[in-house]
Amino acid sequence: MAAKTKSVAAETRKPVVVVDNVDVTYKVFASGRKATRRLAGGGLFSRKLNLREVNAVKKVSFTIYEGDSVGIIGSNGSGKSSLMRAIAGLTPIAGGGVYAFARPTLLGVGAALMPALSGEKNILLGGLALGFTRKQINAAVTDIIKFAGLEEFIDLPMRTYSSGMAARLRFAIAASRDHDILIIDEALAVGDQEFRNRSEARMREMRANAGTVFLVSHSMKSILDTCTRVIWIEKGVLKMDGDPKTVVDAYNLHTGSDTID
Amino acid sequence: MSVADYAREHGLKRVGARPPLSEYLKMAWQRRDFAITMSVFANQAANSKNRLGKWWVILLPTIQGAVYGLIFGIIIGGDRPANFIPFLFTGVFLFSFIQSSVSTGATSVTSNLGLVRSLNFPRMLLPFSSVLRQFLNLLPQIGLLLVVLVLFQQNITFNWLLMVPLLALMAIFAFGLALISARLTVHIEDINKLIPFANRVMFYVSGIFFSVERVFGDYPILMQLMNFNPVYAFISTARGALVEGYSMSLNLWAVCASWAFGALIVGVWFFWKAEERYGRED
Repeated sequence: MAAKTKSVAAETRKPVVVVDNVDVTYKVFASGRKATRRLAGGGLFSRKLNLREVNAVKKVSFTIYEGDSVGIIGSNGSGKSSLMRAIAGLTPIAGGGVYAFARPTLLGVGAALMPALSGEKNILLGGLALGFTRKQINAAVTDIIKFAGLEEFIDLPMRTYSSGMAARLRFAIAASRDHDILIIDEALAVGDQEFRNRSEARMREMRANAGTVFLVSHSMKSILDTCTRVIWIEKGVLKMDGDPKTVVDAYNLHTGSDTID
Repeated sequence: MSVADYAREHGLKRVGARPPLSEYLKMAWQRRDFAITMSVFANQAANSKNRLGKWWVILLPTIQGAVYGLIFGIIIGGDRPANFIPFLFTGVFLFSFIQSSVSTGATSVTSNLGLVRSLNFPRMLLPFSSVLRQFLNLLPQIGLLLVVLVLFQQNITFNWLLMVPLLALMAIFAFGLALISARLTVHIEDINKLIPFANRVMFYVSGIFFSVERVFGDYPILMQLMNFNPVYAFISTARGALVEGYSMSLNLWAVCASWAFGALIVGVWFFWKAEERYGRED
């Protein structure tokens, strides 16, 4: 079995997400100096020499149980986001598998939005992208606008919004629905203090309504505040998995910092 | 007990697994609103930048038609097909629909990787949305075409109604082609470079600005081959329905229908097969 045995009590809970020996690999063409030196004599057709396989996630396994609120930590480029996208089924997996009782949702809707169109139209589009029906999103529009605080600007094209306004709208759209398994990746609570408070409250609410939450963050304070379990991914490998305080302390030791925030 | 068995025992399903085709199509149908809204909004967004906005949808093909008419009308001279302007405009408008469906369909997945990597939906909706976009652009062009026909022919016949099933078949055909080119482009981006070339060849060969019967009449084998050319079949049937002096043949209707449903079935199956692989960074 993949999970580390913590206690007998943990294993009597229902598993909701099982990650089994997951490998995520990116094949990219290297074009930096190192690669071209090896290329000497290769000529026009030597595509293969330039090809590098980046193993972003290496044989990661763990089991998440009902009610877990899991923090994912690790340095930049450690493979956290790749792993989360693999869990959400959005990135193909090179090896192993992810099993879940419901489709995990990655919280984020920016990719579907069109800057040339008004905020209101983008709410409709973003909502439909998330899986709302037209009726559901129409019912939620006023609340979303209010949450984002954009009543005056909602009929203006999004390309005229400041980055803060756009981020608030994106979050408001993404957070308007509850999910069974939720993956929150990093800095989503942006904007001024007032909006920050509202969005953190909303995220807490979503966590309460979701069965299971993954929170990927660099803020150890948020992790310690909200997570029941922490997984540390470093260079694609699962380094540590267990009690929040223990793992965070070990991570801080590794990076040479204290938990401030 | 393997992990997979353990997962199954607790009712967990493999995430990202490609659903069986019937379920996939059902999911796509349930999310159709998203695709439709994407198409409508993408057109609005594209038009918002131009001063003339949505009028370009009609203006551009009209200018194209006029330019081709002038140039080819002069070059071919006396050998012009009868009723040249209606003949030409029918071909130009319908061909541009097929051509742009294939071109935008080809990049529908590769230029939307952000969408694919952050949201869950049947990826088939992307080429579908591309083709729908082009179809929405085609409708006002058909309107303009009918106006041109009335101006030149002063005659409206019941045959015009046959355009409805014909356009439906064309849309199905375009969708099938878009699905195939979308997946091919995902695997080999270079295909994107060849598509404009293929489009040009089809344009010159399919009798859009000349009469195939007159040019290929002396070469029975070429004529036979041309009867299987889907672009020729669609445009010829449309001319038969709309333009005075041209007739339709059941044969060509059969060719249209076969190509339409053939492309659809092959396209859907081909695209669905690789559903798990879209979004991979290669």
